[in-house]
Amino acid sequence: MISRHHKDIFFKRTAQVTTFLCLGVLALLLYHIGREGMSYVSLDFLSNFPSRFPEKSGIKAALWGSFWLILLTGIFAIPIGIATAVYLEEFAPKNRLMTLIELNINNLAGTPSIVFGFLGLVLFVRGLGFERSLISGAATLSLLVLPMIIIAAREAIKGVPRTLREAAFALGVTRWQCTIGQVIPTALPGIMTGIILALSRAMGETAPIIMIGALTYVAFTPEGPLDEFTTLPIQIYNWASRPQEEFHQVSAAGIIVLLLMLFTLNFAALLIRMRTEKKVKL
Amino acid sequence: MERRWQRRSPVLFDWLRKNLSTQAQTMPLYIRIKEKIIVFFLAASSFVSVFITALIIYILFSESAGFFKKVPLGDFLFGTRWSPLLEPASYGVLPLINGTFLVTAGALIIALPVGLLTAIYLSEYASNKTRQFLKPVLEILSGIPTVVYGYFALTFITPILQTIIPITEVFNAASASIVVGIMTLPIITSLSDDALQTVPRSLREGAYALGATRFEVSTQIVLISALPRVGASVILAVSRAIGETMAVTLAAGATPKMTANIFESVQTMTAYIVEVSLGDTPQGTIGYQTSFAVGLLLFIITLTLNFMAQRLLYKKKH
Repeated sequence: MISRHHKDIFFKRTAQVTTFLCLGVLALLLYHIGREGMSYVSLDFLSNFPSRFPEKSGIKAALWGSFWLILLTGIFAIPIGIATAVYLEEFAPKNRLMTLIELNINNLAGTPSIVFGFLGLVLFVRGLGFERSLISGAATLSLLVLPMIIIAAREAIKGVPRTLREAAFALGVTRWQCTIGQVIPTALPGIMTGIILALSRAMGETAPIIMIGALTYVAFTPEGPLDEFTTLPIQIYNWASRPQEEFHQVSAAGIIVLLLMLFTLNFAALLIRMRTEKKVKL
Repeated sequence: MERRWQRRSPVLFDWLRKNLSTQAQTMPLYIRIKEKIIVFFLAASSFVSVFITALIIYILFSESAGFFKKVPLGDFLFGTRWSPLLEPASYGVLPLINGTFLVTAGALIIALPVGLLTAIYLSEYASNKTRQFLKPVLEILSGIPTVVYGYFALTFITPILQTIIPITEVFNAASASIVVGIMTLPIITSLSDDALQTVPRSLREGAYALGATRFEVSTQIVLISALPRVGASVILAVSRAIGETMAVTLAAGATPKMTANIFESVQTMTAYIVEVSLGDTPQGTIGYQTSFAVGLLLFIITLTLNFMAQRLLYKKKH
């Protein structure tokens, strides 16, 4: 006969094992990719253009493309994202319209990324005539990550203690002076974390960029925002979708580089978060 | 400065004073005007997001209008054969929906029990230290790009499935389901854990006082009272799984068919959209318009799910 106590123990063990199983899956994923791709990662891999021969293939064009894309995406999305968050938290009246805007932002955050591809294709590639350029790609991605930045920045601004604002008002400053002088500097670490996570999402995004027609074979590095481009995830997709085993390994090598960059970004975000958490406790 | 203004144009001054009155009445006029302008720009940028949604809806409707002129809505929604790019053309979207839901259902079978168990473990059993370590690590799983999961499915999971079940095709719904399950898992875990954490301590303590075990408290008290928000997390995970693109494109294949066999190749709605944009289907043809029609359907499905989740999330708390 199983007692209630035994059930409790059994449940606890099951939950524990399941949780650590998830970590196991993560480890397995990283191990598999490392084993497959490590032999292709080299300095040549970083400085070669893609090639018909797996051993001569490289990610130079993709790396530069990704770098440009993230830079431009940041330039487009960060100011609008922070401005929206500041407005919604500090200035907006509490009415139906603002509830609608909030609902809309949350919905956009849950909209599949490929749907933004349609928007990019019709609006930026054809409507505004930017063709398959970096500008089209970055504009599309910035619309995609905008809700993420807004939500993260709002959370950070919400975390600023009320006393800080009240002290500022007591000294006779206006709402904007209080916002720019007190609220934003205090919330900055949180906002930065959100921005980093949003940009790392943009860096790994593939589907909308494929839709706006980023090229899968590019043997040049982009010189300016109006050039055609490819990105690291697209190059990885291209190699992974070929039938040859060797190209799968080249693809894994690309994944290693991509993951290393993403983990660096995430680690930076984590450090910022940990530092501020300590400060708040003091 | 203010006095000069006042002397020159008393009417304008009165109007400005009335319309610019904020809590800081004593501020010089030019500062108040500057603030109005700044707030105007902040408000304008917050409308960008509304504008984006409106544009998405407009574009999807207007570009698929041409398609729905040629193909009746009924044929599209209830047709069981999808071959828009090959003659004889047929535009029944059900095979794509079938593929999408096959992958999503498979993903949910993995993500739901594992995600809930993990959330309960993190929230109710794990020590604070363990929880603070495990949660960000698990969130890494959702930060890994989807194309990486596609690669993992294709080169790791499919070969394993093929050794266990020899009928497994190179492209199959099962491996796509497994990786989509893995990547949606953190959504359920993280949001459900947050939901469980908001359950008041007093409820737990009341149950303990009546002699309940931790298992009974977790499943019969905490989970039940957090159910609306846990439900929201599951709906959001489903919505993410339906919209998931690169992993299913790489792993599930490009064969639209009505099958319930997860070891066969299928095609999802998103994979079809990618197929069209990778091909050289000329703009304006019906083949090109089909991708917008499928996109519209996808958008409507995920929008409905997201709204349901929002409603559950913002339900009045007890």
